[in-house]
Amino acid sequence: MNIFEKLKGALKKTREKFRGIFFSDNLEELEEILLSADIGTQLTQKLIEECKKFSGDKKEFLKEKLINILSIPYKERFFSSPKVILVVGVNGSGKTTTVGKLAYYYKINHNDVIIASADTYRDAATEQLKIWAEKINTEIVLSQKGQDSAAVVFDAIQSAQKRKKDILLIDTAGRLHTRKELIEELKKIIRVINKIKKSKPEEIFLIIDATVGQNGIEQAKVFKDEIDITGIIITKLDGTAKGGILIPIAYEFKLPICYIGCGENIDDLIPFSPEDFVKAIFED
Amino acid sequence: MFDIIADRFIKLQRKILGYGRLSQKEISDTLREIRILLLDADVNYKVVGEFLRSLEEKLKSEKIASSLKPGELVIVELYKEIVKLLGEKPTKLNLTNQFNILCLFGLQGTGKTTTAAKLAYYYKEKKPLLVACDPKRPAASLQLQKLAERVKVDFIPVKEDIFTTAKVALEFAKKNNNQLVLFDTAGRLHIDEELMKELKEFKEKIKPNYNLLVVDGMVGQDAVNQAKEFNEKIGIDGVIITKMDGDAKGGACLSIRAVSKAPIIFIGIGEKIDDLQEFHPDRIASRILGRGDIKTLIEKVESAVNREDQEKLTKKFLKGEFNLEDFLNQLKIIKKMGSLQKILSMMPIPELKVINFDEKEIIKMEAIILSMTKEERRNPKIIDGSRKKRIALGSGTTVADVNRLLNDFFQAQKLAKLFKDKRKIF
Repeated sequence: MNIFEKLKGALKKTREKFRGIFFSDNLEELEEILLSADIGTQLTQKLIEECKKFSGDKKEFLKEKLINILSIPYKERFFSSPKVILVVGVNGSGKTTTVGKLAYYYKINHNDVIIASADTYRDAATEQLKIWAEKINTEIVLSQKGQDSAAVVFDAIQSAQKRKKDILLIDTAGRLHTRKELIEELKKIIRVINKIKKSKPEEIFLIIDATVGQNGIEQAKVFKDEIDITGIIITKLDGTAKGGILIPIAYEFKLPICYIGCGENIDDLIPFSPEDFVKAIFED
Repeated sequence: MFDIIADRFIKLQRKILGYGRLSQKEISDTLREIRILLLDADVNYKVVGEFLRSLEEKLKSEKIASSLKPGELVIVELYKEIVKLLGEKPTKLNLTNQFNILCLFGLQGTGKTTTAAKLAYYYKEKKPLLVACDPKRPAASLQLQKLAERVKVDFIPVKEDIFTTAKVALEFAKKNNNQLVLFDTAGRLHIDEELMKELKEFKEKIKPNYNLLVVDGMVGQDAVNQAKEFNEKIGIDGVIITKMDGDAKGGACLSIRAVSKAPIIFIGIGEKIDDLQEFHPDRIASRILGRGDIKTLIEKVESAVNREDQEKLTKKFLKGEFNLEDFLNQLKIIKKMGSLQKILSMMPIPELKVINFDEKEIIKMEAIILSMTKEERRNPKIIDGSRKKRIALGSGTTVADVNRLLNDFFQAQKLAKLFKDKRKIF
């Protein structure tokens, strides 16, 4: 199954919802669909207004509009070896699973990967990641519950350097964006990376759960303002949630969406393409 | 919790309180603002629609339309509607002293495992047994085991499948006298037919006392899909909403009850083991509105309504439109309030005080008026001899009693007319 087929499969429910609306010019129905996709009142109103003014094919118009909003240029960065990828997000968004999938993704793209478990808070978080590492057959830096997460990261970079790894993937503890002290802890981790690597981490991915509502906007805002995340990965897109929150997030913060998680298997992570995403929503 | 939505509701209330009158325009402005506010708070758009329709009806009631200061009335109606949406009364799990089974399920990452441990702590006197029923997520069983150690309760790790696990757990619980068995099942999508079938089979075999859906408090419009599908396919007896300690907008709290009819029982408000709170619709509603003082406001509004009624009655009285129905209403109020002397002193008409009432007399008067037809009450002049006889018979009084009441009433009416004429003179 190619990537586009997989995406289409995952977005089946979303597409079914969208399909009916363009046969009529019923903008009220369109409003309902945009709202029920978590796109939010502000952006929905704006899109509806623009649709009203547009006299041509409204479906094509909206498609283009959404592709435009989602097309935030994303360029992979590289500062110094090993490339460091930090994965952050609120509790239960799917960080650990995503780290496992990312490790697999980089590995099949011919990178030598090492994983570090810097979630020293949740019970059995390290063990969970260890099982993923075994599955993918990658090395892992383990941690103890209650240990200083920045110290774990320090060790992880050192051993990645020593072993000349291409990529170091760091899983962090789930934290609500409203917990100032936990955001400070992340900053400390980043300071340690800066110090030992002499550069910023190449990527800081914020994991967002596709079922999240308008709260996703606050999550993106706080993590962007406080730790300057470089991109978003959206998870759990295989349910009935439409992940529409991506649209206001991209619109408001110009943050690129990098990957989509759409299943529980190791290879259920695909690079995000705005065209494919919108196409998968709108087309049979 | 609910800070963002409360901030916006507080601003809206300030505006509402400024309204001198509530005409159609103010009503639609208010409803429009509430719509946006609720949608921004992730309340399901269909639920929002129904909520607004119901509220609109209340706002168009005569009580509000005729009120000179409608703001507080509007806020109280809004509060009542929110309480209704949240489920009116708090629901407690009714656990027996013998043996109880709770089963937790929900999507991935909603917080089932943490909640299972919190519940074990909450019901610790029931000697709970925590059972890991998630063979899928790596180390899920180990996570629950560590939590069980911390809470110091019994624990059964997951076996090769959930049915074997349940069998082992139930046998253990019987031998070990655990009064409460808590099953923490694997996260699953409500559209994953296979896993839903498995859960249904599990439910039918194990027969838990309560099947509890765990929902992430930050969830958006998808909340209703989850609740609806789990309810239709499995059946849910209650809902636990987690992660309410951040700036979760709480839309799930407001939507889920409406679509699933299942009550919200607990909310998770933090990462600590005791961060589990009973769900009280009235307290949550006052929190959402940002009004800790809502009870006081309701009392104030209700007494103000009585005051307004009184004022209307006085006006009616002064216009000479006071009839026996109003008289009856007054008697009822007097009876409710007990002290007659106090009421008389509150009457706006000093001359009324010359009319001699006593408490027994009030009961008699009430009986007499109740035996009259509506027409007679509205227009007492038509009460002739034969009507008087009927009324006396119906109320267990005498014609003399009926005559006395009518005399008193006509006297009062005369007084009122006198006032009216006096006012004309001046």
